[in-house]
Amino acid sequence: MLDTEQGYVTADGRTIGGVVMDMRNITLRFGGVEAIKNISFDIREGEIRAIIGPNGAGKSSMLNVISGFYVPQEGEVWFRGEPRKPMKPFEVARQGIARTFQNIALFEGMTVLDNVMTGRLTQMKSGLLSQAIWRGAAEREEVENREICEKVIDFLEIQHIRKTPVARLPYGLKKRVELARALASEPKLLLLDEPMAGMNVEEKEDMSRFILSVNDEFGTTIALIEHDMGVVMDLSDRVVVMDYGKKIGDGTPDEVRNNQDVIDAYLGVSHD
Amino acid sequence: MTQPSSGADGLQSVPALLRRNARVMSNSAAYREKEFGIWQSWTWAEALDETQSLALGLLDLGVNRGDFVAIIGRNRPNLYMSMVAAEMVGAIPVPLYQDAGAEEMAYVLAHCGARFVIVGDQEQVDKVLEVQNDLPEFEHMIYLDPRGMRKYDHTRLHAFEAVMENGRAKQSSLMGELQKREAELTWDSTCVMLYTSGTTGKPKGVVLSNRNIIQTAQASSEFDGLKATDEVLAYLPMAWVGDFIFSIGQAYWTGFCVNCPESQDTMALDLREIGPTYYFAPPRVFETQLTNVMIRMEDASKVKKWLFDTFMAHARKVGPAILDGETVGLWDRVKYTLGEFLVFGPLKNTLGFSNIRVGYTAGEAIGPEIFDFYRSLGINLKQLYGQTEASVFITQQPDGQVRSDTVGVPSPGVEVRIGDNGEVYYRSPGTFVEYYKNPESTADTKDPEGWVATGDAGFFEEGTGHLRIIDRAKDVGKMSDGGMFAPKFVENKLKFYPNILEAVVFGAGRDKCVAFINIDLSAVGNWAERNNIAYSSYQELAGHPKVLDAIQAHVNEVNQSVAQDPMLSGCQIHRFLVLHKELDADDGELTRTRKVRRKIIGEKFDDLVTALYDGSSSVYTETEVTYEDGRKGKIKATLELRDATVVPSAQKIAAE
Repeated sequence: MLDTEQGYVTADGRTIGGVVMDMRNITLRFGGVEAIKNISFDIREGEIRAIIGPNGAGKSSMLNVISGFYVPQEGEVWFRGEPRKPMKPFEVARQGIARTFQNIALFEGMTVLDNVMTGRLTQMKSGLLSQAIWRGAAEREEVENREICEKVIDFLEIQHIRKTPVARLPYGLKKRVELARALASEPKLLLLDEPMAGMNVEEKEDMSRFILSVNDEFGTTIALIEHDMGVVMDLSDRVVVMDYGKKIGDGTPDEVRNNQDVIDAYLGVSHD
Repeated sequence: MTQPSSGADGLQSVPALLRRNARVMSNSAAYREKEFGIWQSWTWAEALDETQSLALGLLDLGVNRGDFVAIIGRNRPNLYMSMVAAEMVGAIPVPLYQDAGAEEMAYVLAHCGARFVIVGDQEQVDKVLEVQNDLPEFEHMIYLDPRGMRKYDHTRLHAFEAVMENGRAKQSSLMGELQKREAELTWDSTCVMLYTSGTTGKPKGVVLSNRNIIQTAQASSEFDGLKATDEVLAYLPMAWVGDFIFSIGQAYWTGFCVNCPESQDTMALDLREIGPTYYFAPPRVFETQLTNVMIRMEDASKVKKWLFDTFMAHARKVGPAILDGETVGLWDRVKYTLGEFLVFGPLKNTLGFSNIRVGYTAGEAIGPEIFDFYRSLGINLKQLYGQTEASVFITQQPDGQVRSDTVGVPSPGVEVRIGDNGEVYYRSPGTFVEYYKNPESTADTKDPEGWVATGDAGFFEEGTGHLRIIDRAKDVGKMSDGGMFAPKFVENKLKFYPNILEAVVFGAGRDKCVAFINIDLSAVGNWAERNNIAYSSYQELAGHPKVLDAIQAHVNEVNQSVAQDPMLSGCQIHRFLVLHKELDADDGELTRTRKVRRKIIGEKFDDLVTALYDGSSSVYTETEVTYEDGRKGKIKATLELRDATVVPSAQKIAAE
């Protein structure tokens, strides 16, 4: 059930739907530190929504609130038209939310395929015993899930490392494997925490292409945090700008680029 | 020359062969392709069903007799079927190199006036759309992989699957027309048109008839005893004549299975999984593979390294003899068998060569060490000599008569003679019909009696009757003192060193020879790592004094060996430099089949050639490069020029 509010049409002609997730007056504190101060914004169906800001602005905290890992002291997270109760990570995953991490969090000793298969874990229904015997329903389930994973592997062009242990891969590929694992769960909402951090220009171009085609092919709603302004402005439909835990801008890339507060936060402002 | 008026059982076209295969061996595998991690297969019956459905779909799109249908993409079963489907409806398939840029494609598409284009994926669609304004004849494009295609304007674009479905749906109304067109196909109908890579000038469209392809396929299949149970891996460009002969000609004639890899990067893995029985690779592939094996052996434990070294030494001694069926002592045989168990078997398995019955290499000279390495493992690797205009085969090596320095005896049905200027001429059933829209070039190359000039200089070895190729006839020149100048002879000697990827020798009309050298990044990079030499880029490594020392040692050794040959001792290299960039087909320095374009390189790096001749010790240069996305940039570098040691020729020493 979506918010009845009207969607909009992007510059490149995609139709964006109603609100999927609505952050209402979120405040998050760690002891005396206010990481997020009274922020409200929404994420709409099918859009690429970026959260940007200088170091320590509270971006990752915000993503953790969206993913349900942190529970804000004040404010409410509305998901699909109703306020969300505090929940466990696997419950969040079952709601169709998947994420990648700023510092890669893969199983280093396992192969790429096995890592991607873990993305299907929440969808598996057969019990521990039947999986161990691996007959009947469990086998069918494994085959179905493998098929979905293989499509993701094909989509992200990582066939050549399917059986390679993750520990042996270079950084850029690990990032792609992490995206593959997130996609394997067929998410409705995909959260990306600095997907391009530490990449060279070519890897960034590849990753941008994959993010756009995920959004295009599967209609996945994407919320991402990113440092690289160029990438953000090219990829996103709408951008939230944070600084010291506050929201200082919200709008299309062009609107944000011309916002004086944003320019001050990024370039500094003279105090004379 | 025999010119049968009709083929065996009236099989005068590739579609007719397909129908025979679907009838005679309907349930054996015709194609396999790895997709989604699993080898998907097509039986001959399924291949016929899909090819026919596509042909019907093409009819419905309005493909006429004699239309050109361009096919662009990596090796995939459906694209092979597209070529046959095009022939079924009386059109002419034209496969293009998929890694060519949009402009290169535009030339070929415009030259043949392709009305229809069948492509693999979005990348190729974009390239064709980019140049469509220069293609007045272009009408419809069919794409295989629908990814990313949803938002495109579909008035002239069609999904492969949809065209096939449409063909199936209209089978009852269109089948009559299709049967009529297929019945019209004869020996002389065009089977395929292939564009030559063009070492010089613009690509030329080589028209090959059914007679050319099917007779060549038949003769060469019989020569090597190819069977329906053979397996090949199709990974070389579809636009290359060799792939057409192997994956369509011979595959349809004998009915063996063509396996397509999952992607370019998974080649090595797929090769291992398939374990082909019949395999072709250019020398470069074997070189790279050997370099990788050697690098990995350096990292192996002491025991493994000792085993490898000991048994490989033994294999070099007796392996080729055992392969050729000569008599070898019992103890040597026992030791070789032990080696097979401990080293060769596992190594061949890793390389994917366990099942090879017949392997070929061609296109360039292969280093004797490289060639012997594979043969000593028990892999029946042979050489052949051919070209597009001959439907590949001119000469090839029979089992048991294999050497690294010859290209074998004339293939069955092929006549070969050497012209007065040393140029090799041939005449065969595979000899091409004509160059499309280019009667002058056709007349220049093929005389009225059907003899074709290869453009290569060579001679028949006395005693064995094997052909040896010296160089391109055009490239064989004279030095200013009248001595013979054969650059490739020297370049090949240089390229046999693992550190050297490519070499270009200049010297025609000059008093001495000079050379450009490209280092092999994987071999030299690995060596640098071992010797604690730090580098941050290709350019820096290529200019490192220690790398130059190593290359200089190679050049000196080559000079020694060149001096042994009385005719060519003048081709020793006096000065050389190591290039700051890798020669690349995208920059026009190599052909798409990775042959050096000496003239273009000479013009492009004119400043470097001048510096090599004027005796300066270093030179500053700026070079334009093309990136993969088509943008251009500049590389700046200061290169060190080195003198090599020149040896007096063997003759002169004897005279003193």
